[in-house]
Amino acid sequence: MTENVDTKAAKHFAGCEIKVEDTKFSGEVIEAEQKPKHFRQKRNKQKKFKIDPDALQRHSRGPAVSETGVKTNLFKRKLKQKEIYLQFSNEQAARTEILRNEEEGFMEAEEGECTAEYTQSQIVQNVDITSAAKRFNLNLGFGPYRMKYTKNGRHLLIGGRKGHVAAFDWITKRLHCEMNVTEEVVDVAWLHIETMYAIAQKNWVHFYDNQGTELHCVKQMNSVNRLEFLPYHFLLASGNEVGYLCWLDTSIGEMVSEYNTRLGPVRIMCQNPTNGVLCLAGSKGVVSMWSPSTREPLGKMLCHPTSISSIAVDPKGTYMATCGLDKSVKIWDVRSLSGPTIEYKIRMPAQHMAISQKGLLSLAMGNVCEVHKKPNYVSPSHAYITQKCDDFIHGMQFCPFEDVLGVTTRKGFQSLLVPGAGEANFDALEANPFQTKSQRRENEVRALLDKIPSEFIALDPAAIGQVDVPTFKEKIDAKKQLLYLKPPTVDFKRANKMKGKGGSANTAKVKKIVKNAKKREFVKEMKGIKQEIFREHKVQSTESAEDKPKHVLDRFKSKKRS
Amino acid sequence: MKVKMISRNPDEYMRETKRDIHKVKRNYDPSLHPLESAREYVRALNATKLDRVFAKPFIGNLEGHKDGVSCFAKHPTSLSYLCSGSYDGGIHVWHLPTRTSIRSFVAHEGYVRGITYTPSAEHFLSVGDDKTVKVWKSQTDELDDIPVNTILSRTILTGISHHRSESIFATCGEVCSLWDETRNEPLKQLKWGVDTLHSIEFNPVETSLLASCASDRSIIFYDVRDANPLRKMVMTHRPNKISWNPMEAFNFTVANEDYNLYTFDSRRLKRPVKIHRDHISAVLDVDYSPTGKEFVSGSYDKTIRIYNAHKEHSREIYHTKRMQRVTCVGWCLDNKYIFSGSDEMNIRLWKARASEKIGALRPRERSALNYAETLKEKYAAHPQIRRIANHRQVPKYIYNNMKKHRIINEKEKKKEHNRRIHSKPGAVPFVPETRKKVIREHE
Repeated sequence: MTENVDTKAAKHFAGCEIKVEDTKFSGEVIEAEQKPKHFRQKRNKQKKFKIDPDALQRHSRGPAVSETGVKTNLFKRKLKQKEIYLQFSNEQAARTEILRNEEEGFMEAEEGECTAEYTQSQIVQNVDITSAAKRFNLNLGFGPYRMKYTKNGRHLLIGGRKGHVAAFDWITKRLHCEMNVTEEVVDVAWLHIETMYAIAQKNWVHFYDNQGTELHCVKQMNSVNRLEFLPYHFLLASGNEVGYLCWLDTSIGEMVSEYNTRLGPVRIMCQNPTNGVLCLAGSKGVVSMWSPSTREPLGKMLCHPTSISSIAVDPKGTYMATCGLDKSVKIWDVRSLSGPTIEYKIRMPAQHMAISQKGLLSLAMGNVCEVHKKPNYVSPSHAYITQKCDDFIHGMQFCPFEDVLGVTTRKGFQSLLVPGAGEANFDALEANPFQTKSQRRENEVRALLDKIPSEFIALDPAAIGQVDVPTFKEKIDAKKQLLYLKPPTVDFKRANKMKGKGGSANTAKVKKIVKNAKKREFVKEMKGIKQEIFREHKVQSTESAEDKPKHVLDRFKSKKRS
Repeated sequence: MKVKMISRNPDEYMRETKRDIHKVKRNYDPSLHPLESAREYVRALNATKLDRVFAKPFIGNLEGHKDGVSCFAKHPTSLSYLCSGSYDGGIHVWHLPTRTSIRSFVAHEGYVRGITYTPSAEHFLSVGDDKTVKVWKSQTDELDDIPVNTILSRTILTGISHHRSESIFATCGEVCSLWDETRNEPLKQLKWGVDTLHSIEFNPVETSLLASCASDRSIIFYDVRDANPLRKMVMTHRPNKISWNPMEAFNFTVANEDYNLYTFDSRRLKRPVKIHRDHISAVLDVDYSPTGKEFVSGSYDKTIRIYNAHKEHSREIYHTKRMQRVTCVGWCLDNKYIFSGSDEMNIRLWKARASEKIGALRPRERSALNYAETLKEKYAAHPQIRRIANHRQVPKYIYNNMKKHRIINEKEKKKEHNRRIHSKPGAVPFVPETRKKVIREHE
């Protein structure tokens, strides 16, 4: 701006001459003190901080929108301004990384050793006392157990096949409740807060609070095999023995959707936490992805030639790991349903898999639990940590925001230390392991207000924030439909008939005339459209040479070569 | 072997006593905040709904006039005072925070046609149907109100406007006269044609420029320094009131008899920059917000509408059961309130943004509101959000008439189209709507 004004002023004065008169001043000249220079400094010239480009990349929401295609200068300018704002917010977010106060865990081996050799007891001896307390075993006698951590990783829910259910704060080891439901327990799931959880029992799904009081029994979900809770949608999803998938809205208690997948019993199910889609794996080696709004899978991937033994989705929603009975582990890019990016063989098929927040992959093979680090996915001989459990493993999960892997077996629960597994810095407004009661209540209200409608569950979670551009297929379909349009029905009403001007016969006549006129107009319009489409796609109109009646002598014409 | 595990000291994450605020550690990593756009959309939807829930624009009314309110004058230096005149010649000075009349007196015989404050706010001037300009003290301790000065005019007076800084004011009537506060004779009289002028307005930025509306459907521009009027523009219908944009010196908006408002660029008077529709009866008054981004209009259809200066349709409509024909509107100089005077003797106070909270905001509250505002803007184009944001419950006669006018407009368009397709190509040319509104321009 200032430059503009200056040039304008210069132009303005360019025309006139400025005469400087020679003043004959003979007195003493006293020089005024020069103004300090900082007055002239530009105010907006702030000290530029150097920002780590990796951090910028981490916080980036994708490349800037290009100006091409924007027609007016005004909108171009607006777009540019918006990009500046976005860039600024990106920088600010990246700069906040210096405020984080925790560092990630890690484990390095001595020379000549490898980390897989270290036992849990060795790790416990070498870590601080609070971390050492996170390693514990629970020997329980109620059959194969299932388990879940809460979203903030503070609480643990375990359920044994023979009816034993316990919910506790596993860090302080404070028990919320412990009971025997006197029925088979198939799967367990926390609801949105740690005061409520759902248990899939022999027949139905039951809800309990942290005192062990039964709150609710959902008989619509029967003989359920697997439970998953989608915290942002407030949906409890279940897959059952017959192949039905159900989504129950736990905030209003309504069944959102319920249908048969026609894939047989649901045994292997997990959710993709970034878009809320359920991934089912079946005996045909196919992974299918389901949402409550469509009865057809959103996507299908043929992952293994044999049946699949386990799947797991990365918490960041980038990768999916599958393991088949062919003893191969494959890592897929789940965003584009493509891959496998990595594939390797293991000793025996893994019956369970889990991926940690930092990308560690753990495999349960019989009673052995192996954790692989990201670069070592490829060479299974170099596991990061190996642990032999006391019995066959029935479930496992990495604890969010902790370096801990929870493993349930036939004989109970084990908490294993896996340094470098969890995200060190949590966001207290998203998932806070240290939240107080009042914070929990406030967050519950906030989460309920932000509840995402179930219709938004789709493969691309960002679809709602993007411009709806019809795909090529949709465009073609729309054009195709034009070819089969029917003439519109004319709803004719004669306007204000004057008294004595024609009766019903006359009206009927007028009606017919109008109808015919409309029809003719429509036919004419359609003809134009059809010709346009044909011309565009260079299709010969069917009303050409073939339609002409054949002449007797046509048979002597030379045949055209197609 | 080197091992480190995440081990958090609870003291760093939990408050020490219950009186402390909670320690909230943030991590803005996008991977920890899944489903970002869907959650933002839901928040934007909720914010839009809350906006409509809290939309209670009416603040109160100023009661005391014994006849319909005819004109206002905003105090130039204080937000607390408002001066208003009525059809019976009475003038009230209002104290807005207490909503009380602090002074009232009969100033003229017949209508009070216009009131204006002097720039120093020492005096205010009023003109009435009795052909006088009266100068009043704005602060007085005396009980009976006597004008400081009374100027008798030879011609009728219908409006008054004061220069932004100098001691010049202009009146309109049969002629446009320029007066000096210290003299009883006009400095200058400017005339173009024989028609009467009914409204006059000084430009607040280009201070020597004046515009007035004449009864021959024209708008005439004058320069205080010039001996003759500058320019004249004739429209299809009568302009009722003119308001200059206080931030863009060349733009002004005209309230017109044909139910529309027109924003013009005074450098290019051939066609309006924008036609503002939505009123269903003659628009009687218009006033710009001090930011120059919006303006308020009052109409004969008993409603007040708020327009963005660059948008065709209004963003807001205000109405009450009891409010009759709105004769004058004003936008408070702090950009927060709107005044409206109407036929049924009341002056009403409204909020300029219907759902805004009055009073001081705490920082967290303000940042939450700013966040909601940004989200609403970001997702404004989504159909559900747009529907909720645009919906207004209006009286039946407004609703029906709006529908009627929509049908009338469609009919006109259809008729023109039919005429075009049934005549020789080029015989019925395409003329944009804006081209039809100005008939001619004289220089």
